[in-house]
Amino acid sequence: MSDIKATRDGTLQTTACDVLVIGAGPAGMCAATEAAASGARVLVIDENAGAGGQIWRETRAGAAHARSARARFGIRRFAASGARLQAQTRVLDAGDGWLTAWDEAAGGSILVRYRAIVLATGARELFLPFPGWTLPGVYGAGGLQALAKSGLPVKGLRVVVAGSGPLLLAVADYLQRAGANLQGVFEQASLRRMLPFTRHVMADPGKLLQGAGYGWSTRRSRLRTGCWPVAAHGAEVLEAVTMTDGKRRWTIACNALACGFHLVPNTELARLLGCDLHTLDAARALQTDPQACVEVDGWGRTTVEGVFCAGEPTGIAGLDAAEAAGTLAGSAAAAYAGFDSTSSTNTAPPVAQRRYARLLKQQERHKTFARALQRAFALRVELRQLCAPETIVCRCEDVTFAELHSLRGSREAKLQTRCGMGPCQGRVCGPATQVLFGWRPGSVRPPLAPAPVSALLAVPEATASR
Amino acid sequence: MTEQEIVIYVDGRAIAVRPGTAVAAAMLAHGMPNRISRSGQPRAALCGMGICYECRAAVNGVAHQRTCMLACTPGMEIATQ
Repeated sequence: MSDIKATRDGTLQTTACDVLVIGAGPAGMCAATEAAASGARVLVIDENAGAGGQIWRETRAGAAHARSARARFGIRRFAASGARLQAQTRVLDAGDGWLTAWDEAAGGSILVRYRAIVLATGARELFLPFPGWTLPGVYGAGGLQALAKSGLPVKGLRVVVAGSGPLLLAVADYLQRAGANLQGVFEQASLRRMLPFTRHVMADPGKLLQGAGYGWSTRRSRLRTGCWPVAAHGAEVLEAVTMTDGKRRWTIACNALACGFHLVPNTELARLLGCDLHTLDAARALQTDPQACVEVDGWGRTTVEGVFCAGEPTGIAGLDAAEAAGTLAGSAAAAYAGFDSTSSTNTAPPVAQRRYARLLKQQERHKTFARALQRAFALRVELRQLCAPETIVCRCEDVTFAELHSLRGSREAKLQTRCGMGPCQGRVCGPATQVLFGWRPGSVRPPLAPAPVSALLAVPEATASR
Repeated sequence: MTEQEIVIYVDGRAIAVRPGTAVAAAMLAHGMPNRISRSGQPRAALCGMGICYECRAAVNGVAHQRTCMLACTPGMEIATQ
């Protein structure tokens, strides 16, 4: 039970903590658990209704498959850690030692004062436009899985899974076991590009077993490499998808297309706080790489004092990397706030030191894995050339490819067409235009989420410290 | 409607759903788009995790709610935007 004190004045709740963690996925939960063990007061903010993030999303309403044992363990451990979870709450703005957020459930604003902050904001799917991609029935790959876990029936649904990344196999596996009628799994990367990556999977028994499991369950659905979608067809809803391998084209009748082109890190809050980003691959330019990530040292320290980052925002590297990084960042954040996690009541200092040394060593392996992942699933050039002139690129404001392709950048696009000014705040069209046109992402400005005016008016003193 | 289901209203139309189902999922399960775009296209949830806002609808009078992040409650009233 945490002893965080909160006061409420009208619609504003003011609270203080030692370590503030943003995100209650695997990395955030590990950071919070570790920091709380040292005696620090820990507050975790997440916009979902419960802990788990995306990968350990709660399944509800009779959806297939409860969470894994590993997920249940992590969530139970977090619940018992003493860290407080502020759920259904979105971050609006942040600065040195303070952060404002909006509690969507209670409808009030929150001002948090913190000593150290850990950003565990995860990743989102990269979406690329192609003709027909706005039809109902075209989902992200993780998107369809998330909706299925939230109660969308998929039994008997004719689904095509396409796009890129290891997520495709996980999604295909989930859908198959939920009784969907899988019509094919299509990875855009060529087999030649992906083969070196399999070496990393082979070297890790956990990943090998996972991959073998997916291979077995999707054995009938024919994973094909070097294929990508060229068009989705239908009058009011999706009816068919046309795929290509660069030479032939073929059309598959279906009711759902689960299509995402791998992941991009959620770096908005880190950028707002002034953290430097970098690319994992020196050959990529920072400006045009949608996977540019937060620069951190082994302990998760960013280039801004008191700001730590763990998990996917530091590079897409998966679950093991996220938990290890979260643990280290939680310890470092607690130490920064004045709490020594090596003297917690749970373990004697030398044991704790050895544990951290082991985790730090693992970080190197995870970094190598992240680079290999990025190389294996790099996007082929043809994916930039799928749009017809009337293909919508900005879904929020219905801005087409024809209106955008000759503009010089995201700022000009905003001024001329409203592209990027919709409620997604450029989170969908930003990475897409970065890939299509090489546009540098615009600067990040508060509020970080669409919020009612009342939420913003409630915290005038926070903005005065800018 | 089975014992386990509750009733919500989408543009006045009553639909039966299992408690805890996300509003976006309930609408899609009944063949309804989540919203109509600026140029009049029917749209449905894309990302399923609160990023894309394609699922946005007015819920119980409050506009711009991300229906993929909201669980259905008995008597909930949804108006497509």
